Amino acid sequence: MVLPEALREVAGGQRAIEASGTTVREVLDDVAARLPVLERRLRDESGRIRPHVLLFVDGVSVRAPADLEMPVPDEAEVFIAPAVSGG
Amino acid sequence: MAETILLIGTRKGLVVARSRDDRRSWSLDDLAFANLEVYSVGVDARRDPVRLFAGAGSGHWGPKLSYSDDLGRSWVEPTAAPIAFPSGSDTALVRVWQIQPAPAAQPDVVYAGVEPHALFRSDDGGVSFSLVQGLWTHPHRKEWVPGNGGACLHTVVPHPTDPGRMWVALSAGGVYRTDDGGATWTASNRGIQSYWLPEDQRFPEFGQCVHRLSLNPDRPERLFAQNHFGVYRSVNSGDSWEAIESGLPHNFGFPILVHPRQPDTVFAFPLKSDGERMPSDGRCRVYRTRDAGASWHPLAGGLPDDPYYGAVLRDAMCADSSESTGLYFGTRLGEVYATRDDGESWSLVARHLPDVMSIRAAVVP
Repeated sequence: MVLPEALREVAGGQRAIEASGTTVREVLDDVAARLPVLERRLRDESGRIRPHVLLFVDGVSVRAPADLEMPVPDEAEVFIAPAVSGG
Repeated sequence: MAETILLIGTRKGLVVARSRDDRRSWSLDDLAFANLEVYSVGVDARRDPVRLFAGAGSGHWGPKLSYSDDLGRSWVEPTAAPIAFPSGSDTALVRVWQIQPAPAAQPDVVYAGVEPHALFRSDDGGVSFSLVQGLWTHPHRKEWVPGNGGACLHTVVPHPTDPGRMWVALSAGGVYRTDDGGATWTASNRGIQSYWLPEDQRFPEFGQCVHRLSLNPDRPERLFAQNHFGVYRSVNSGDSWEAIESGLPHNFGFPILVHPRQPDTVFAFPLKSDGERMPSDGRCRVYRTRDAGASWHPLAGGLPDDPYYGAVLRDAMCADSSESTGLYFGTRLGEVYATRDDGESWSLVARHLPDVMSIRAAVVP
């Protein structure tokens, strides 16, 4: 999982972390178990990806809640970015 | 000499101001929580060392609550989310609007008012909180609506000596009181007007847009409220309210603050209206009553005489705990003013900050 600069502090300063799981939900659950502060930057406590968080699996955007079941292949890159917002 | 610490929560981070000369001069720390909105700050002076709180939030990464046990030099965000709605509620925390330690008799109890409308309680000094179910399951809750700032429970007022009694204020839901430690809640809005409703419906049981409550611990049965149009006093613990607006240029505004050592002295910062959120006549003026609201008078000493268009938000006015009480307010123009003489003269603590959302003071021996 590749992290934007704003989230590296809560990931021990790392630009990228390893995470396991076969779906987006499982990958985020794995992050929650090991780096809970990082995970709650990405998802709220109801399980939804925060509305201004962009998440891509091998370049494919994951936005809708249903996409939490999107498969994550072995060695896939999950790329996190803040949505461009504001003026 | 004691140190006075002023937590200044702004739209883009937290500034800690420090004074070691009895609040004559101030130094400012570097900005903490850069680019996060700090809607709430808190001081738990019951603890040794004093514990500070900051409720910060990011439009991207969500809200968080941090605490500091070294007077703001470092901050701790607990590993487990301090405030989170329980699973199954299908609800998520949006903002922490107020952090309110309970009175000294409940040394580990801290309350948090949040968005969406809810109250959380901590029994471990503010490290972890639980939803107060009695308010969350109140039958009125589904009829509360968001104010302009959001669906916020923004004010928590514990009774100073009765641990069972407490008031909360919600926008827009009104004032609610519990007498059994939060198990049940009663709407306490009789006499408060909802001006926007049809004329024959302007005094509903609940739904009022209260902006702030305040009380003096020596007169806990007497509450003051600044509403979305309307300044009110209750002399019976919120059972009923009466308007106290004689001398105020407008009855709109956000903060209201009872002097912590003078129960009849109250401060407000009137604004023209909800459609013109700026001071009367374009002048930065605090208004003070010395007679519990029978009359109000403007205070101008040390405040700008230039045209002024900044508002003061509901959590951006506070008092310190010094014997010679200090009062503080911050504006949406990024200025913070202080007084040591009950508002006769004000001096600048800081300027050129982002707009100020919240202020709390701590006096540290």
